[in-house]
This record gives sequence, structure tokens and C-alpha cells, in this order.
Amino acid sequence: MLLIGATNRMTQVPSQSSTDRTDLRSARAKKGVPEGLWIRCGQCATMLFRKLVENNLCVCPDCQHHFRISGEQRVQQLTDPGSFEPFNATMAPVDPLGFVDLRPYPERIAKAQRATGQNDAVQTGQAYIKARRVVLACMDFNFLGGSMGSVVGEKITQAVVVAGEHDLPLVIVSCSGGARMMESGFSLMQMAKTASALARFDDQDGLFISVLTDPTTGGVTASFAMLGDVILAEPKALVGFAGPRVIKQTIHQELPEGFQRAEFLLECGFVDRVVHRSELRTEISRIIDYAGK
Amino acid sequence: MAKTSRYGSTYTLAFEQPVIELDKQIQLLKDRSNSAAYADELAGLETNRKRLLEKLYQELTPWDVVMVARHPQRPQTSDYIQMMCHDFCELHGDRCFGDDPAIITGFGRIGPHKIMIIGHQKGRTTQEKIACHFGCAHPEGYRKALQKMKLAEKFGLPILTLIDTPGAYPGLKAEERGQAEAIAVNLREMSRLRTPIVCVVIGEGGSGGALGIGVGDRVAMLRFAWYSVISPEGCAAILWKESNEQTNIAAASALALTSLDNLSNGLIDDVIPEPPTGAHRDPQAAAKQLQMWIVDRIRELKRFKPETLVQRRYEKLRKIGEVALAGTPPSH
Ligand SMILES: [Zn+2]
Repeated sequence: MLLIGATNRMTQVPSQSSTDRTDLRSARAKKGVPEGLWIRCGQCATMLFRKLVENNLCVCPDCQHHFRISGEQRVQQLTDPGSFEPFNATMAPVDPLGFVDLRPYPERIAKAQRATGQNDAVQTGQAYIKARRVVLACMDFNFLGGSMGSVVGEKITQAVVVAGEHDLPLVIVSCSGGARMMESGFSLMQMAKTASALARFDDQDGLFISVLTDPTTGGVTASFAMLGDVILAEPKALVGFAGPRVIKQTIHQELPEGFQRAEFLLECGFVDRVVHRSELRTEISRIIDYAGK
Repeated sequence: MAKTSRYGSTYTLAFEQPVIELDKQIQLLKDRSNSAAYADELAGLETNRKRLLEKLYQELTPWDVVMVARHPQRPQTSDYIQMMCHDFCELHGDRCFGDDPAIITGFGRIGPHKIMIIGHQKGRTTQEKIACHFGCAHPEGYRKALQKMKLAEKFGLPILTLIDTPGAYPGLKAEERGQAEAIAVNLREMSRLRTPIVCVVIGEGGSGGALGIGVGDRVAMLRFAWYSVISPEGCAAILWKESNEQTNIAAASALALTSLDNLSNGLIDDVIPEPPTGAHRDPQAAAKQLQMWIVDRIRELKRFKPETLVQRRYEKLRKIGEVALAGTPPSH
């Protein structure tokens, strides 16, 4: 187990009440493949037996549509069984600005925590992928759109630092709508913080494999996600800086078919490989064997 | 475009409405054939007007600040270069795709310092604004900025960046050419450039597009600039489901985007004072304040070895963020 030191400005807060964790059954419904015996594929609209999809890494057996999965499912799919040891599992968000929109930010946090069973939108830790030791981070879109606030920025940064200290390959699986508005400037600065940690990691000749999944946009794409030494993307994943809706409003025209999808980024030269979910473990191991220490 | 009056501005912002009544009275007096006889009254009204404006500017809401930051007559990068800099030598192009006019780059001398200047440019005339995409840079703008910053590093020149953008351009071509990658690379590279970097938000600090030239050893904001993760309108549209006058005002307050908010949150180092009724009313005075700050900060930073600068820059970023260690993980 790698030990992570506490960083500045962390404060001990009372533990979450048990009621926060009671509702885990309904929480499952919110994660990845929706609850129910049968589910409809988002792409080909076929009704599929839920178990069958889950046993197929949440990929539609008919059209290969990659269902969005939770951070927890991602960790399970990628790592050797039982090998994941989380870092900073107890790190939780605070409300530095007292942010209130239609609802107070703390309410949104509590709801997301109940729904996902997670403290925030990323899980980090060390793990093995096909017997190769790595530092891994998996983002979870179900937690406030996978947005990056202070916790995501800090956990990613600490993961980068640990990978550097222990000469381990770093794998980050992004799935995020961008920076978290409710922490405003604090969120924005996490972009610079994670990028500066990656600069050091790069100076140490560390290997960073960035995996882009549907969706990866905004401040996450414009910081660590695009800084991989090798960048992989899942088929048809939406990847971009601005969201399609904002672009449509700006240019006042329909967006071309496949715009901002993984294959489009491959064509434009911003992704190294588009990789089917069933091949991710193999592909990551392969790259580590070429480039890892 | 409105003419510039003796007050430096004829473009009235919503919160400036109370002075319009005084303006009418002043104009009435001036229009009289015997206006010379009313010199004292006129002077009195002018003084009242000045006091009222100053008072209004002391009580700006965050949304008002956004309006001031976007004032059409607010000085831009090119204006500050003209006012602060002698022998500006503009350099063009990213050596890869093109030359984005939304970011100006070049050598310049400010006070005793030879430096590299990088700054967003919104454009003043309609033609310029269109060419500059209203200050929204494309990837080639960010790459041009980085290419010139590396030039500065190579020759040991400090870097000044002037930030003034609603955000990086959201369009087809920008995405095709890797807007996100361009900004991400700038963040990484600026964090390890071995030369002093000072950054000032002079108007709008819109999100990643601002930060893309905003990583430095000292970061400041002009008093009436704004800097935030998203524009108030963008935030209102998402979190309040609709951007309108009311929700924009609410979002601007919630985002803590003013210079004083950013300072108290530890996200910037300094607030640079502006003329009491905004830089647009007295650009020369604004440029003087800005220049003083730049000259002082660069002098301080020049004393550090490059490796110390990079180390301190890293440590400064490393501390930003507010998190809690919950007692137990919500594990299951
Ligand atoms: Zn399907």
C-alpha cells in the first residue's frame, strides 16, 4: 500500500451519517446500465437482456455501442481482480464559495454521494493490469457529470505524484463534462495544477496513458486528458473542448455527422488509437511493455 | 461606436443611469447662449456628476463588474502596449498553421525590462473584432503564444501575459485543430518555463481560454476585471436552466468572479487599482498603474534562479483547492 500524505488546507470533517449510505440499491439504478431485466441499446434500440450486456463489459452485443459505465465498474473491468488499492478514498468536497444556484451545492454533493456511493467524481489508486503495476484514476460521470472540482484535481495530482515517486505508469480514464462550476476559480485552477504535476512527471520520464471515454469535454480535456504520452479513446466517445450545443449556437448550423467523436479525433491527429472496451486491458499492457520502465 | 467625451466615455452602462439626469442638466446649461454666466453652477454639477459616478463604481455588483470589463472603450492589449511599451516588435505565427490575431505576441520594453508580451486582443473596429473573433482565440493562437514564450525562455526574457477573453473559440475548426490540446499543452509548458512569468487579467478572464496564457509566478487582476471558470451567462444557462437578466446577475454573484473575490480566495496574488470610474475613462492612468505593477514584479522575479521560479510556481499551484477528509468513505 502506498501512503499518501495529507496536503495543505485539508480539514477533518465529521463522518458521513449512515443515512447517506443506506440507499445503495437505488444508487445502482443510476450507475451505468439502468436497472431492470431488459434494457434498450442507446444506439441500435434493440432490447437487450441486462445480464448479457453486463457480462459483455456493458457493450451492446449487436452494434458494439459502449454504454457509459461508473468509475467503480471501470476499475473492475480494467484491473486484475482484487488488486485495486484506493488512494484518498475519504477525500470529500467542501463548498468553498457557499455556492447556491437553484439548489445549494452541498445538497447536490450529498445527492451525488448517495447516488454513486462515492465521495466525488474520481477514484484513484494503485492496481495491476495484466500483472503490470500501475497508478490508476477512473472518473465517474454519474457524480455531477464527472466534473472536476478541488477533490478531482487534488486526487489526480496526488496520483501523478505517486506515479512519479514510484516510477509507475499512470493510467487515467476520463469521463467528464469539464470543470465544476460550483467551485468556480478553484475548479479552473485544478486544470493548471494537474497539468503542472504532469510536467514534473514528464520531466521524470514517466509514462502517462490517457484513456478518453464518452464524454470527455471542457476543462478536463483541456488539461490532463490531452496530455497523455499515449492517448486512447473508446469507439464513438464524444471528446472535445466546447460542447456540441455551444458550438451549434456559435456557428448557427448543424454539426457534421461524427463530429467530436473518437474516430474524428483520430483523423484530426489528437488520438493515438481508438480501442474497443474489450481490448483496453491488452492495449494498455502492450503500451506499458513498450514504453514503461 | 460612441464618441469619446471629456469623461472618456459616452457609452452608458445600466448602473450609470443615475448620471444621465445630471448630464441633461449640464447640457441644458451649456446650450444656453449666456452659458458663461452659469460657470459656477456648471462646475458644481460637474463635481456632483464625478462624485456620483465614483460612488456608483464603489458599489458595483459582480454583474456590473462584468459589464465594466466588457465596456467597448475599455483599453485592450494593443492599447496597453502602445501606452506602456517602447519599441514593440510584434512577432507573428505559430510555425504550424497560421497567425491568430486574437492573441498578440512580440518583444517589448517596459520600464527597464526587455520582455516578451503575450495578450488577447478583442479588436476595436467591427472588422478587427471579426478578425479577432471578439477575443476568442483558436488553437493556433495558443500555439503561437507558446512558441513565443519558448523563444523568451531561450533568450532569458521575462514574459508578460495580458488576459482578456470571453473564452477560447467554440467552433468546428477550433475543435478540428485541437483547442483542448493546445490549451492543455500551454498549461503544462507554462508551469515549467525557466523564465519569470507575470499575468494580468485586464478585462475578461473567461475559463480555460484565459488560463491558457495565465499560468505564472505572479497573477493579478485589474480592479474591474472578472475571472472565472465560466461566464455568468454560460453558468446561468446550465445551472439556472436559462440565461436572462436575473439569472445572469445571480450567476455572476455565485461565481465569485471579481478581482477582490479571487484575491480573497487565494487564486490571484494582487489586485491592480484602476481609475475610480474604470479604465475606460482614463486609459493613461490605468496603464500607469499596470506598468508599475509589471515593472516591480519582474524586478522581484529576476532575482530568482530559473529552477527556483519553476519550483515555486509548482508549489503555488499545488496548494490550490479546498477539500475535506471525510471520516469514512461511503464504501459499499
Ligand atoms: Zn446496440
